[in-house]
Amino acid sequence: MLSDITIGQYYKAQSVVHRMDARMKLILTVLFIVIIFLCKNFFSLAVMFALTAVSILVSRVPFRMFFKSLKPIIPIILITAVLNIFYIDKGTVLFSWWKITVTTGGLSTAFFMAVRIICLIMVSSLLTYTTVPTLLTDAIERLLSPLKVFHISVHTLAMMMTLALRFIPTLIEEVDRITNAQKARGADFESGKFIDRVKAMVPVLIPLFVSAFRRAYELSFAMTCRCYHGGEGRTRMKQMKLSAVDFVALAIFLVALAGVIVLNYFFTALI
Amino acid sequence: MNDTPILRTENLTYIYQKGTSSEVAALQDVSVEIRQGELVGVIGHTGSGKSTLIEHFNALKKGTAGRVLLDGNDIWADKSKIRAVRFRVGVCFQYPEYQLFEETVAKDIAFGPRNMGLPQDEIDRRVKEALTNVGLSEDYAEKSPFDLSGGEKRRVAIAGIMAMEPQVLVLDEPCAGLDPRGRATVLQMIADYRQKTGCTVLLVTHSMEEVAAIADRILVMNQSRVAFFDTVDNVFAHAEELQTMGLDIPQMTQLMLSLREKGYDVPVNLYTVQQVYDTIFARWKGGVHGAQ
Ligand SMILES: Nc1ncnc2c1ncn2[C@@H]1O[C@H](COP(=O)(O)OP(=O)(O)OP(=O)(O)O)[C@@H](O)[C@H]1O
Ligand SMILES: [Mg+2]
Repeated sequence: MLSDITIGQYYKAQSVVHRMDARMKLILTVLFIVIIFLCKNFFSLAVMFALTAVSILVSRVPFRMFFKSLKPIIPIILITAVLNIFYIDKGTVLFSWWKITVTTGGLSTAFFMAVRIICLIMVSSLLTYTTVPTLLTDAIERLLSPLKVFHISVHTLAMMMTLALRFIPTLIEEVDRITNAQKARGADFESGKFIDRVKAMVPVLIPLFVSAFRRAYELSFAMTCRCYHGGEGRTRMKQMKLSAVDFVALAIFLVALAGVIVLNYFFTALI
Repeated sequence: MNDTPILRTENLTYIYQKGTSSEVAALQDVSVEIRQGELVGVIGHTGSGKSTLIEHFNALKKGTAGRVLLDGNDIWADKSKIRAVRFRVGVCFQYPEYQLFEETVAKDIAFGPRNMGLPQDEIDRRVKEALTNVGLSEDYAEKSPFDLSGGEKRRVAIAGIMAMEPQVLVLDEPCAGLDPRGRATVLQMIADYRQKTGCTVLLVTHSMEEVAAIADRILVMNQSRVAFFDTVDNVFAHAEELQTMGLDIPQMTQLMLSLREKGYDVPVNLYTVQQVYDTIFARWKGGVHGAQ
């Protein structure tokens, strides 16, 4: 049941990456981000690119899923690339017109940045594609639990996050259902001026809010009835356990980190 | 009632989440003909595709394959006429009480007719009539729909569809979650409405007993396909198969089935006490005479 609760992000498959401990995946994702910002030249970037490619292959999530998550970012990648091409004035001049000069340095930096962003997006989507959101928030809660020292209620935050994530699909379904019901009564969401379209949303929004509040009440009653009283003294049904796979993955990432540092040292920095 | 189909589907197939790892075929190769003026009961186990099917009737879903024809015309032929299709095929969804949104009951019922662009006096007439159709007095017109009981909300929602005066009225489980009296009232209300307007009605339900009493024909869905589509008598003749499909058959039919298991040669397509009484009584009498 729990694995059914997703935000449309999770991609069900049988793979080592799916089986890995959510905490380790989260740590490795953060580690990856750090390493990729340490990369100074194409050699070290190639290592990270290879690591991304291997992770994706091992995860058995089809490539088109990654392309889907990349699609909305493409404009940003293009804009950064274009800015880099025009602003960086390094290396031999390839092309010059009016105030615009394109240099080899600019081109390679643009390419470097683009690959870096693409790797970043791919790896973070890999995390959400292979980890159920509830497990992810659970992992966040555990990793942040040292913050208790500062009297931050990590449990409450994590619970709110879990609930919010849990209800995204429910609310989407609800919007669908209400929209259909109003369409069946001839509501028109597609035509008319902007104001008309906003007005057309009212018959959907009111029932949506009514039901969201109803759900919130019901859920809080249900939680109270089951004696929910916050995180104190609360044990867990699902224990998280690190297994061999997690350590192997960690080792691979550490090797990559070492590789990046060495390559940075031996080759000239690009940026 | 005549035999020309008002609504027809041809090899309709629908797949949810097409192209992902979690594809679900909710409809497979469904071809049915709904005749002008008849009352069709649609039954099937949970998840058999009933709701998906009716969402195709008013063009809320477009089949992955196949067509839906209203009065012989493909409803998707002209995209600009989709709304017109929705006014002709009025669909009231499962738990329709959650679609109410206006300040007053009257305004909510008027939502459909207003979308049709009718003049105000016609809208008023229809609202009044719809309220009568669902058995609510005029006092309800100015109440807030959020202050009503569940059953009353349900009726207001149904009235909202009736007020569009559709040629085909489709109701998805209008009795779900109501008590026995509430169910009986809603069913009676639907039967009366049909009597009065002569419109074609499709009634989706889980309960055979409910549908047997008022339907002309029964469409049985099983695992996204049409299992049977026939008169009530003929469908209940397959009582055993219905049971294996996970459907609750009427108590009387069940009784007949048990009698047959015991070796009595009785028909199984009986579903009311009266029918069973008549049959058994006749048999008994015949038996007594036969022995002498
Ligand atoms: N939004 C959706 N996404 C994916 N699958 C769906 C969706 N809606 C329905 N299904 C699936 O399609 C199938 C048919 O569902 P449908 O709602 O048509 O069943 P039903 O006969 O109306 O059931 P019930 O009697 O419970 O209302 C089911 O297997 C269901 O799991
Ligand atoms: Mg249904």
